[in-house]
Amino acid sequence: MEQFFQQIINGFAIGGIYALVALGYTMVYGVLKLINFAHGDLFTIGAYLGLTLFVSFNLANALPVYAAIIVVALMVMGLVALIGGLLERIAYRPLRNANRLSAVVSAVGASIFFQNAILLLWGGNYYVYPESVRPTTIINIFGMGVPVIRFVLIGASVMLMLVLYWFIHRTKTGTAIRAAAIDQGAAKLMGINVNRIISLVFLIGPGLGGVAGLMVGLAYGQIDYNMGFSYGLKAFTAAILGGIGNIPGAMIGGLILGLVETLGAAYLTIAWKDAISFFVLILILIIRPTGILGERVADKL
Amino acid sequence: MIFKNTKNTYFYLFGIFALFMAFLPCMLNTYWTAVFVSVGLGILLSLSLNVILGQAGIFHMGHAAFYAVGAYLTAILNTRFGIPVFYLIPVAGIASALFAGLVARPIIHLRGDYLLMVTIGIVEIVRIALVNDLGGLTGGANGIFGISRPELFGIKIKKDIQFYYLIWTFVFATLILFYWLHNSRFGRALSCIKEDDIAAEGCGINVTHYKTAAFMLGAFWAGMAGTLFAAKMTIISPGSFTFWDSVLLFAAVILGGGSQAGVILGAFLVFGLPEIFRGFADARMLIFGIALMVMMIIRPQGIIPPAPRSYILPEIWLKKLNNRIVSEKTQD
Repeated sequence: MEQFFQQIINGFAIGGIYALVALGYTMVYGVLKLINFAHGDLFTIGAYLGLTLFVSFNLANALPVYAAIIVVALMVMGLVALIGGLLERIAYRPLRNANRLSAVVSAVGASIFFQNAILLLWGGNYYVYPESVRPTTIINIFGMGVPVIRFVLIGASVMLMLVLYWFIHRTKTGTAIRAAAIDQGAAKLMGINVNRIISLVFLIGPGLGGVAGLMVGLAYGQIDYNMGFSYGLKAFTAAILGGIGNIPGAMIGGLILGLVETLGAAYLTIAWKDAISFFVLILILIIRPTGILGERVADKL
Repeated sequence: MIFKNTKNTYFYLFGIFALFMAFLPCMLNTYWTAVFVSVGLGILLSLSLNVILGQAGIFHMGHAAFYAVGAYLTAILNTRFGIPVFYLIPVAGIASALFAGLVARPIIHLRGDYLLMVTIGIVEIVRIALVNDLGGLTGGANGIFGISRPELFGIKIKKDIQFYYLIWTFVFATLILFYWLHNSRFGRALSCIKEDDIAAEGCGINVTHYKTAAFMLGAFWAGMAGTLFAAKMTIISPGSFTFWDSVLLFAAVILGGGSQAGVILGAFLVFGLPEIFRGFADARMLIFGIALMVMMIIRPQGIIPPAPRSYILPEIWLKKLNNRIVSEKTQD
């Protein structure tokens, strides 16, 4: 039983990360109908930038650990958002009116570019976050020791999601984003600057993805240059699971996927851990093609 | 507008290209011959993907899964039962096609991007299954080694130059066959589905049936290419059939634009360019990524998109057609 609760907490922690990355996919898909293949690599860049910032400014000694983490998280968010914005401007905007698959190939090119840029800048080895910046406290709940970082992870991702939810559903700009996602032409007629909305989406999504990368580094310690691939693929699965284009859907999908994967790995099979999410994806698309909260995706044939 | 029959230059281009490729090895050293062998395999796979992605317009990003089925089946049957590789070419093709049919049945009705994600899921599941040594047959992460060389008319094919001619012969046979297919009833149905599948359904085309058939045909060809790959390498492992290999094939087809000539060029760029960039050492994939983006931005429709279908009409029909146009103009 104790192991079960441990796994539940692990599942929520990893699910929160999937959810944060999935938000980037789902928002971009919502407004552009584009699968941003480079998003997973932006997530990796977040993890590496976080490490470099921690080490080069020696923040862990200058500030209390949590304050240092918040400062670095904000910096990572800003930098990765900037990279995301540039990516949209350079690689996607010229293809806005082209065949959608051309934009997908451009995204693949961007992904290869980022992956190899990381490889050249930081090298191909595993990197380990220094112990000094990782909160290692273990708290005791009902007799089980749970690393406090797991709760920080869950808390931070839930908080970010709540802020985003509030922003999308309660502010004027958020309404504009939703309008652009439903119908770009109509949104333009209503006086919404769709180009700016798309730029904004490419700031928010990568920003959240970058923070998720940092959180992976803090929670699991180890990062490598192609981790964005598997996290990205699973996050996209989460976005589909919740119903793509649907922001609360991505959050729920991420959490469910994290839980299913962790429990599946713990109780069914560890060797097939990475395949579980794809089985879930295929099952959900066959049984309920709309995703849990989403739009209709299957044509009647 | 006056209608005219245009001469089809395709066959001349095809002939020149075939002659060029036949004499190319005279100018190549062993390294570049090997590069052209793998480019030839890439072209073969891209052409097979083109049936699914370019002609039927099905967003399919998991082609490496079918390639893997062919290669592994060849490896298993050859190493365990000693069946000669050449007999296994159709067997691998049929097995891949059956696998594709089985997989496609429940998912073929999904819309664009969702199908794309599912096919990515399939290629990953296949890779993980291979790594996990499915049924004790696939040899886990190390793969299978000791696949025998193919033998043709008593000659054992093992040198790069021999594989060059084997694979390029296959490529040209495929080109002729797929050209014919493109202009058949089947090919016309696929073009129609690609343009608008609701309209196609309205014209009495069984869309599900044709989409599944395109999927299976592409998989059949990929399975045969898998056999050639296994025979060429003699060692296969799950590392050759990853998601990235699927993505590169996808990029080759989209980059090329969907016509046969385009797909050949696209495959040359995707599989040959990293070799040409070898001088940049570590940065070669970085430059490749930039090249992909730039090429897509410059030519979003692909290098050579398929030309609109044209038909040779009898001169007398043309004359009548043109006379009618002229008379309508004078009436106005």
